[in-house]
Amino acid sequence: MRRLFSGIVSLTMLLSGCASPSLENTSRLDLIKKRGELICGVSGKIPGFSFLESDGSYQGLDVDICKAFAAAIIGDSERIQYRPLTAAERFTAIKTGEIDLLSRNTTFTLSRDSVGGNGLTFAPVVFHDGQGLMVKKESGVNSLEDLANKSICVGSGTTTEQNINDAFESASLPYTPIKYQDLNQVVAGYLQGRCSAMTSDRSQLAAARSGFKNPTEHIILDAVLSKEPLAPASDGQDQKLADAMRWVVYALISAEEQGITKSNIDEKVQLAKNNPQLKPLRRFLGIDGGLGEKLGLSNDFVVQIISTTGNYGEIYEKHLGKNSQVPIPRGLNELYTKGGVYVSPPFN
Amino acid sequence: MKRSRKIFLQFGIFIIVFSLIGILINNLTINLIRTGLGFNFNWLLKPASFALAEHALPYSTSDSYAWALLIGWLNSLKVIVSSLLLATLLGTVIGFARTGSNSLLGLISAGYITIIRQTPLLLQLMFWYFIGFLGLKENVLISIKNIFKISNQGIELTGLTFSSEFSALLFGLGVFTSAYIAEVIRGGILSVPRGQWEAFRSLGLSEQTGLIKIIIPQALPAIIPGLTSQYLNLAKNSTLAIAVGYSDIYAINDTIINQTGRAIECFIILLTSFLFLNLLISNSMEIINKIIINSKKYN
Repeated sequence: MRRLFSGIVSLTMLLSGCASPSLENTSRLDLIKKRGELICGVSGKIPGFSFLESDGSYQGLDVDICKAFAAAIIGDSERIQYRPLTAAERFTAIKTGEIDLLSRNTTFTLSRDSVGGNGLTFAPVVFHDGQGLMVKKESGVNSLEDLANKSICVGSGTTTEQNINDAFESASLPYTPIKYQDLNQVVAGYLQGRCSAMTSDRSQLAAARSGFKNPTEHIILDAVLSKEPLAPASDGQDQKLADAMRWVVYALISAEEQGITKSNIDEKVQLAKNNPQLKPLRRFLGIDGGLGEKLGLSNDFVVQIISTTGNYGEIYEKHLGKNSQVPIPRGLNELYTKGGVYVSPPFN
Repeated sequence: MKRSRKIFLQFGIFIIVFSLIGILINNLTINLIRTGLGFNFNWLLKPASFALAEHALPYSTSDSYAWALLIGWLNSLKVIVSSLLLATLLGTVIGFARTGSNSLLGLISAGYITIIRQTPLLLQLMFWYFIGFLGLKENVLISIKNIFKISNQGIELTGLTFSSEFSALLFGLGVFTSAYIAEVIRGGILSVPRGQWEAFRSLGLSEQTGLIKIIIPQALPAIIPGLTSQYLNLAKNSTLAIAVGYSDIYAINDTIINQTGRAIECFIILLTSFLFLNLLISNSMEIINKIIINSKKYN
């Protein structure tokens, strides 16, 4: 009898010992390396950004950013598990550790970044977007004012929902929001005539329109309702992972600045190896300086990235360029030297 | 010895269960604090700053999150109560048709029950919304002067207008649940012994009178518990509203979670409100049940 009782007591103690969560801070970065696989949260439903192709592979700009992270951290861009997430699921998925990082059309905002808000941290912006409205050409709607008292289809749980409200409220225009959980439902509601207009980021509108039966019958209004800087995100309490992510994105931009591409990366490495006077290039490619180690990555992480995905310009051209399925003019997404906003801090 | 062993065993089980719950709660709180998400309900009073298409009480974007949640709860209640009535009405008619002597009606209702019960509710909701209502495009399906009108903007009934989201949900939930209710009612009627039918017929009562006076009162005690669980299911299924763009409490919760990042608090609110709603339903059914049983005693 006593044995039974003491058994129960010790079992309880054992259980409570096991379950008390360890408070020590191990970075997700080390976990990813140990696991040998990156778990990347994506949308999976937006052509050009992350889209499940007919062969079962994910393709798009956000997906290539995932690949760049995997190439830098693990050294293998194929070792990625993609998790398609809805807008509402994405932050919880990061906070609970279900995914390592998010590369899913997420707008960088104060409340998402701050400790008192969603408590995330954002890597540099990978796509500057703006919210727009799409209407049927035949409706004759040309401006926000024309949409007064009309229904507008919008995805719930996004900054989109708040922006459309701010825009109509500040113009003192009444409207009816019809909210759906998913972009595909927003599109269906709009095409079926439930709403006079649908609203989303302009890139998503363009992507959705590319799949319509008659894309020319729909126009995206000139009015841009908001800035939507889309950036990858991770848990705000993990600085090591956040730093690594930040410099992976900068590496993509910096490589474009320096004209380093997927096709000439090997030449550039040889060039740097043979010319000790090319200090910045040697540091960038990890021959000198040990910059990678400081981030907890291998020193040649830039070479790993560029030889898998190419630089930022190449990624953009592949998924959103003129000859892609979803052509979007580069606009703000150009380098600062060409009229855009992209600039990388020095790799020193 | 045997008795003391039993007591010790119960005591042990009690300790295990209790400590397991304790561990879980402890784990949750520590992890919440670690991720910087300690329990906090202050955000409830901040302005919601999102618009709602349907609200039973006055609502503007400067109202608080708490008010938005109440609006959502009322929206849920509205659709639950109205589809509950529709489901009961439809289910009763079909249930009787299935058990009745008319074999054509019986066949039709059996087909109805089979089709409705073998397809998922989400699919049916999508059908009612995207094909049933939005599929009407600009055409008006039925229009009886200014009294009744069905179009892709919803249903209009003498000045009252119901949005197409609400209507789709009403029909989807109503029709789906009616198939189950029909089976519950059929079961109830069949539970009345065959002899009761023969008895009232031999007394010279007509079919209707016999059904109302003899069969139904005896079938009700078997029907009510089954009906209650169907009503509870209906209430819970109403959260699928989010698929057709209706602003029920779940959809509003979804938006709030995204704006505030307070997933756990929001889910606690959601759970509590559904618990409250379902307790309301099951307790009212319990009262109805008691009334029926009592009324039979005095007969």
